[in-house]
Amino acid sequence: MIRELTSDLTSELSRRDFLKRSGVIAVAFSIAPSQSLFASTPRSPSLIPLSPNQLDSWLVVAADGSITVFCGKVELGTGVSTALRQIVAEELDAPIDRITWVQGDSDRTVDQGSTVGSQSVKRGGAQLRRAAAEARAVLVELASAKLGAPADTLVVSAGVITVANDASRRVTFGELIGGQRFQREIGGKATPKNPADYRVVGKPVPRAELPAKMTGRHVYVHDVRVDGMLHGRVVRPASIGATLLSVDDSALRDIPGARVVRKGNFLGVVADREEDVVRAAKSIKPTWSDAATLPVTDALYETLIKTSATDRSVTDAGDVPAAIAGAAKTVRAQYRWPFQMHASIGPSCGVADVKRDSATIWSSTQGAHTLKGALAQLINLPSENVHVIWTEGSGCYGHNGSDDAAADAAVLSQTIGKPVRVQWSRADEHAWEPKGVAMVMDVAGGVDANGRIVGWDYAVWTPTHSSRPNAQAGGGAASFIAGQLAGATPAARRSLGGERNARHTSVIPNTRVVAHLLQSSPMRVSSFRGLGSPQNSFANESFMDELAIAAGADPVEFRLRHLTDPRAVAVVQAVARIGGWEKGDRGRGDRGRDSAGQWPKRGRGMAYVQYDGTEAYVAAIVDVDVDVAQHSIRVTRVCVAHDCGLIVNPDGLRNQIEGNVIQAISRTLKESVKFDRSRVTGVDWRGYPILTFAEVPDSIEIELIDHPELPSVGAGEAATSPIPGAIANAVFDATGKRLREVPLLV
Amino acid sequence: MLMPPKITTRLTVNGATHDVTAAPDTPLLHILRNDLGLTGPKFGCGLGQCGACMVHIDGDAVRSCTTPLSAATRGPITTIEGLGTADKPHPVQQAFIEEQAAQCGYCINGMIMATAALVARNKRPTKTQIRSTLNANLCRCGTHMRIMRAVERAAALSVAQGGGSDD
Repeated sequence: MIRELTSDLTSELSRRDFLKRSGVIAVAFSIAPSQSLFASTPRSPSLIPLSPNQLDSWLVVAADGSITVFCGKVELGTGVSTALRQIVAEELDAPIDRITWVQGDSDRTVDQGSTVGSQSVKRGGAQLRRAAAEARAVLVELASAKLGAPADTLVVSAGVITVANDASRRVTFGELIGGQRFQREIGGKATPKNPADYRVVGKPVPRAELPAKMTGRHVYVHDVRVDGMLHGRVVRPASIGATLLSVDDSALRDIPGARVVRKGNFLGVVADREEDVVRAAKSIKPTWSDAATLPVTDALYETLIKTSATDRSVTDAGDVPAAIAGAAKTVRAQYRWPFQMHASIGPSCGVADVKRDSATIWSSTQGAHTLKGALAQLINLPSENVHVIWTEGSGCYGHNGSDDAAADAAVLSQTIGKPVRVQWSRADEHAWEPKGVAMVMDVAGGVDANGRIVGWDYAVWTPTHSSRPNAQAGGGAASFIAGQLAGATPAARRSLGGERNARHTSVIPNTRVVAHLLQSSPMRVSSFRGLGSPQNSFANESFMDELAIAAGADPVEFRLRHLTDPRAVAVVQAVARIGGWEKGDRGRGDRGRDSAGQWPKRGRGMAYVQYDGTEAYVAAIVDVDVDVAQHSIRVTRVCVAHDCGLIVNPDGLRNQIEGNVIQAISRTLKESVKFDRSRVTGVDWRGYPILTFAEVPDSIEIELIDHPELPSVGAGEAATSPIPGAIANAVFDATGKRLREVPLLV
Repeated sequence: MLMPPKITTRLTVNGATHDVTAAPDTPLLHILRNDLGLTGPKFGCGLGQCGACMVHIDGDAVRSCTTPLSAATRGPITTIEGLGTADKPHPVQQAFIEEQAAQCGYCINGMIMATAALVARNKRPTKTQIRSTLNANLCRCGTHMRIMRAVERAAALSVAQGGGSDD
């Protein structure tokens, strides 16, 4: 084993041969692997095949015992890189502060799939756990040979392996394997720890990158600077779908280094200095054709329902029409959700250095590997010659403009022949980020004389929720705004995400759910936190409340009547307890009203969702103050009970839940994209306001239900889903008025 | 658009003197980030609406995206890098770290600079004053509750350390 391990890693000959053959400039090679093995070979994908089955793809131990982990999942601000680090430290029994984390580098990290769908701890963490357990097993084997002691007499702690009862016989990870490869396939023989033995997982470990963020030293993609780099800006069409007829760039004569790049309808400018390129972008005078591709605002939902669609039966159990026809009471309702923005605080940015036969791209993409493939098609280079280096961006909450900005930079850099940094303006981001999806939900249902739901009939109209970069079938260029403006036509995509939580997660005998998967969307859309789940959950959880009211039942008791899964019951009971839920009639509008009957009216609502039907269980209670005269709804208090299986970092989880709650309040009460027939019209923070400090609740109270014996499921976005319905139910409680369209207006 | 001539301007930033040559209407933010390599202040809107770009001039929290270079000479400038480091954080930075009051952290420069200016003047800000001070600073991750707790902690730490001034 030892011979095998030492045979290859330090074989400089083969490395140098490889570097020569590949035409890469050989760089100084030192033995310290975290610095040299990967970092100095940025263009050497075949040097170490990035196979998920190879332990060496995942981590390296340096001679000083420090550990570098190569992780395909990236930090989007959710704290996931700290949670994943905890998982590795736990399985390795290594000190967490000795672990360096390399993320999202298309040449250096395994393709673990894009960082999406709250899957990073669940799936990415499981991969890292297996790799770290395997590494620990190798280290124990090596220590056993070196110390001449049976493996089962060894104790591993903080990167040191000691013979039990003889502390003088010890060896460190660095001494065992420092600078060498593991040369081991992850065979699954190494058994991960029993969760009962966890010492790092489950603890509120502080976020590794926050001190740098709090002191202005953290490097975001916006902060990347490359030698010889020019500043770039894009000049987007005046109307969506407009054609560029001409460009008058005479005003650029006086601006140092200013140049125009035009490819079809793609228009951009570069200059030496940032303020100069801003001036250039404002100075050129493009003439665009007229275009009016968007519906009239008031006709949005009618337009969605009339759009060509493929109908899919999500479920059709029992005889729904007969059940509803025979019900003691029936309710029918339509719910509506508008286009919304990811609304990242930092407008998207990308940096590209495109040379004749290769390219390096810095991007806050959620998927370095998929971006690489699609960009290669956009700039017509072999995929293996494109290197995407993920660099953290402003929080994205899904597919915002990050990938598009990278593509803009690539096109400008390739055309100009120098590295280019493209910074979108606020208006670029508001107008051109792919929007969160507008949807319509129709629900009919009935309850019997005993107050049990007998039928639930649900239909949703939704376009796909994903237009992420995709190199399949040569469609990479059309993944990007830059490619589309240059003439590439997006191919039809499989519809994704609109069915998420379309099916309620209760036990109801007759349930029919139909998804009308629209073949187009009036506005370019893509994944936004939760995909279709917040929309569908708004409809389902509002309707559940409507049925409870129709049945004369208490909404909490009514939900429990239709739940059998003990984890679902547990979160509903927990939130009722911490939220101080009192049984009684809802919607009288007098809850908490003062003795004079004065405004604001107070209300309390609840909702429960199991995210995506199989993931985290979340229940919420929301208190609102409603001032009808002022058209004002204020959420004053939110309580959440949350079960996502094994909790890796409870403080990180609380932070994430708080964030979901506040963003969901904002989406529910304030947010809809304003547009006319030609363009998005609200292109700054006044035109698309988000929740402010004056408007956030007085308190958010969270009860975490930990299940160390169960696998972790995603917690990134689950807590968004119950909030809209809970707010609408609280407003009903306060006013007796049922609001079925987001943003809620009284 | 007429290109204004470039001039050389002397700035004092984080205690050091710099001569920068740029058009006088250049946003201070670009000078800090591109000429002086101080990328802690962030570009968020360029409109003075979000606060991600905040710096102190003469102790006042200002939006550097809408502060032209020509107006940046009225006093010494402090950026978030000048407040403290990870090893020796300013009390406000320390409070934000202790409260783990960030997610993506893109807005946090503005939150910290606004808070530092607040606690320098007001040792015991009320919850209402905190909300009011930060109301024009936008956060999209929804870290508001933690940020408000961090401001209260920062005020307490500043009092405990006998300081409050950052310049």
